[in-house]
Amino acid sequence: MAGSEQKTVLQFAPSSSSTLSAKVHPLVIFNICDCYVRRPDQAERVIGTLLGSVLPDGTVDIRNSYAVPHNESSEQVALDIDYHHNLLLSHQKVNPKEVIVGWYSTGLGVTGGSALIHDFYSREVANPIHLTVDTGFRNGEGTIKAYVSVNLSLGDRPLAAQFQEVPLDLRMVEAERVGFDILKTTMVDKIPSDLEGMEVSMQRLLALIDDVYKYVDDVVEGRTAPDNDIGRFISDTVASLPKLSPPAFDKLVNDNVQDHLLLLYLSSITRTQLSLAEKLNTAAQIL
Amino acid sequence: MANTAPTMARSFLQVAATEEVAPPLRVVQIEGLVVLKIIKHCKEFSPSLVTGQLLGLDVGSVLEVTNCFPFPIREEDEEIEADGANYQLEMMRCLREVNVDNNTVGWYQSMLFGCFQTVELIETFMNYQENIRRCVCIIYDPSRANQGVLALKALKLSDSFMELYRNNNFTGEKLREKNLSWVDIFEEIPIKVSNSALISAFMTGLEADTPVTQCDYDRLQLSTSPYLERNVEFLIECMDDLSIEQQKFQYYYRNLSRQQAQQQAWLQKRRSENMTRKAAGDEPLPEEDPSNPIFKPIPEPSRLDSFLITNQVANYCNQINGVSGQSFSRLYLMKALHEN
Repeated sequence: MAGSEQKTVLQFAPSSSSTLSAKVHPLVIFNICDCYVRRPDQAERVIGTLLGSVLPDGTVDIRNSYAVPHNESSEQVALDIDYHHNLLLSHQKVNPKEVIVGWYSTGLGVTGGSALIHDFYSREVANPIHLTVDTGFRNGEGTIKAYVSVNLSLGDRPLAAQFQEVPLDLRMVEAERVGFDILKTTMVDKIPSDLEGMEVSMQRLLALIDDVYKYVDDVVEGRTAPDNDIGRFISDTVASLPKLSPPAFDKLVNDNVQDHLLLLYLSSITRTQLSLAEKLNTAAQIL
Repeated sequence: MANTAPTMARSFLQVAATEEVAPPLRVVQIEGLVVLKIIKHCKEFSPSLVTGQLLGLDVGSVLEVTNCFPFPIREEDEEIEADGANYQLEMMRCLREVNVDNNTVGWYQSMLFGCFQTVELIETFMNYQENIRRCVCIIYDPSRANQGVLALKALKLSDSFMELYRNNNFTGEKLREKNLSWVDIFEEIPIKVSNSALISAFMTGLEADTPVTQCDYDRLQLSTSPYLERNVEFLIECMDDLSIEQQKFQYYYRNLSRQQAQQQAWLQKRRSENMTRKAAGDEPLPEEDPSNPIFKPIPEPSRLDSFLITNQVANYCNQINGVSGQSFSRLYLMKALHEN
């Protein structure tokens, strides 16, 4: 958007986009995949609107999306603009903070019709993001890429639009919170309960500690070349444990354990009381 | 997809078939997409409580939840309420256009600290139940997410409870007849999470290489006391409510026995009166007098509230147990680590 009014001969890559990056909420990927699975019979790809916000540091936070029906031939693209606007209104009723930030399409990379659709979204919002999700796994992996468009102009005359890839942050803290175990497999029979989840976490922690032990032993015995960075990380980790005298630590742990035991006792008593009360309420009847 | 239309048709047929012999609902199968959508909606608006609609299919004993959409935060204004209905229709229409299952199967709502057993929930349930034979309510607790727990629950009302609720019969006698106790109000249905193969492939590709996830960090967090404190606070409040309910009952029983004593006294008096009249050769007076105020039955207070509170208390107890159990393992883990 910035390059168009400059008088240089051939200008692209405005400086503002060099810091631009995007962050994707896992929900968006899920939504796109679901829409792709449910696409109409003859459709090659699905496209849709991306909703989200621009963070203060210029990162585009893509948080939500919805599909927009469209028809595509080699010559033209017909987008259901009414549908797009209706759904946008509905979404904004729920969350007014989420605005259009761009659009998505399935498939690998940018295709011919994309410029036209991008043009439409440029009118809705300045500098939209174009997200492509390769649902066909054409190069063996699900490639997810984000682009912004840069106008290539000769003097005043626009020549073409160039799609420039922007860095995309795919780290999904949200998905980690829910647990990849649930989101990765096609079927999970049961949501892990408190204690089961705890067990898994502990096993992971133990495995990590074992790894560290093994590494340190290997280094000490000269089997592996020492790496100063790793060494520093390990010493930092060990140092992060607060230094407490054993009696003080024992007291801390025991106090905590006793607190929890008391709570457990209280809740058991309450339950007993409840079942007793129920028996009495239904048994005693004055008539 | 191409076969969506036949699937829909088949599902309608199946729904028609289930009208005759409805197999009991055994499992609620939720798409990962729905889980994420619910979490996003509930979390963004936490601590205010939000609701949304669940869409999906009813297949035999499995209720598939394949999509959902959020409701805007409800306002008291009537005009806006009508707006809400429009919004719902519009959303359904739009989603149908992109081949999303257009069949309401229930709703979801967020809760805080496991406090959900209210009369409103039951009323909403009854409203839904009138239109949809099989509906569930999915409840998500965003306050537990910080501890690495996915607190999703699928609930429905039990049939016997619904029947009682329709007749508004919550007297002790009826409850005994039906053998209904407070545990029988809500039925929790096991949840399955399913994902399409496509999503599964993507997530496998995207999964971070680190062996530790945010979820593990959250779970190993040592401080749970704020959560437990709140829980115990609520528990105490509930206990107070419960004792108020108990007092209501005691009051009722006291009144009842007083009335019975009065009735007996009156009957005695009438009988002796009749004896004298008989001796005098007069017609005896009837032994019942409906116009007398002491024969008016005292309404028995509804047990619904106390049932709900009891449920709530039991729920808090469960939560305390769960969290304490987790804390125990954490504490012992810490101890072992420290000793190493």
